[in-house]
Amino acid sequence: MASESIPFIFVNTLLINNFVFSMFLGLCPFLGVSGKLNTAWPMGVATTFVMLVSSLSAYALNTALVAVHLEFLRLICYIAVIASVVQLVEMAMKKFSPTLFRALGIYLPLITTNCAVLGVALLQTTREYNFLQATAFSLAAGAGFTLALVLMAGLRERLDLASVPKIAQGAALSLMLAGLLSLSFMGFAGLGG
Amino acid sequence: MTMPTGQQPPLTLDTFLQGIWRDNPVLVLMLGMCPTMAVTNSVQNSLAMGLATTFVLIGSNALVSLLRKLVPGAVRIATYIVIIAAFTTVVDYAIQGVSLALYNALGAFISLIVVNCIILGRAEAYASKRPVLHTVVNAAGMGIGFTLGLVMLGSVREILGSGSFLGVALFGADFQPWVIMVLPPGGFFVLGAWLLLFSWLRRRKPKSSALSVAVRSHGL
Repeated sequence: MASESIPFIFVNTLLINNFVFSMFLGLCPFLGVSGKLNTAWPMGVATTFVMLVSSLSAYALNTALVAVHLEFLRLICYIAVIASVVQLVEMAMKKFSPTLFRALGIYLPLITTNCAVLGVALLQTTREYNFLQATAFSLAAGAGFTLALVLMAGLRERLDLASVPKIAQGAALSLMLAGLLSLSFMGFAGLGG
Repeated sequence: MTMPTGQQPPLTLDTFLQGIWRDNPVLVLMLGMCPTMAVTNSVQNSLAMGLATTFVLIGSNALVSLLRKLVPGAVRIATYIVIIAAFTTVVDYAIQGVSLALYNALGAFISLIVVNCIILGRAEAYASKRPVLHTVVNAAGMGIGFTLGLVMLGSVREILGSGSFLGVALFGADFQPWVIMVLPPGGFFVLGAWLLLFSWLRRRKPKSSALSVAVRSHGL
């Protein structure tokens, strides 16, 4: 059983080992949806919700799988849980906010293949977190993902107004920006002690 | 969704080469970014990750192609994911059995092959419509292209960041490693630099040297 305290897990996951900038999880939506601030926010919140629900379901599932000695089915079960939670979020969003649903487009069902979501579920299993620790871990991971998405979206909105050499436009420049952000997040490394 | 086999385009060299150059997963399609960045801090890790992904890609796409007439359209994505997860579990246990050190170095990213967008993308866009032989050839090309992309990143990062290649030291004892390259920001910078280089090459192409004409006329 891991003995880390809840605040430590939270700060560690949110800033020091930020999911996007130092663990490279969830890069596809990070590069895909970070074009505009008003889609970055809801995407971050939706992903956080999926992370929380699927990670807690994964916690329960893992307990059951360990009890019947079927650990090798873990991956298949987790992915099935995540896919159903995403389906749920998609239906809810379609009903309550059709505009947002259209704005997020293909990236909403793609939360299923967001490695950050599966990453949260798998990492909390390997680190043997208890229920409270798992909750803090998935909330912090979601918050960290949202933070990264919003920071990047803010930068890219400014970038649209700047004049950039033609060959650097698009993905190459986004990656360089992400690298700079990642560099500044390394500054948090001393925080945990 | 399914076409009669008679209308299939013939198996050409392009079926294989598509993934290596024109639609390279890492450098052109930008799919499967997470493992690309996370494990490429050394050549050995890049190579292992590339080969593991290639195995899952070929295996799962072949199975998807075999089952393409049996799987109902509405549940196809779920079916594909379960197939991919099964192959990933195989790789996960195989690597654990072969080398524990490698298993620890790659960490959670072996399990995360299951959410590598390129595998699901090829299953949906290619394997679900083509016969097995085409699929296997195309998946092999894609896998090699992916491995190539990873190794390109891994080489730059290992040479600059640790001063070695495949663990063999290249420079003398005086070499001061450029540590940032093996740390997370280095991954972003190196991939960004490769993309810059390729977009510069593409922009030069219209001036058309003899080589690029020959390359294009062969449909590469």
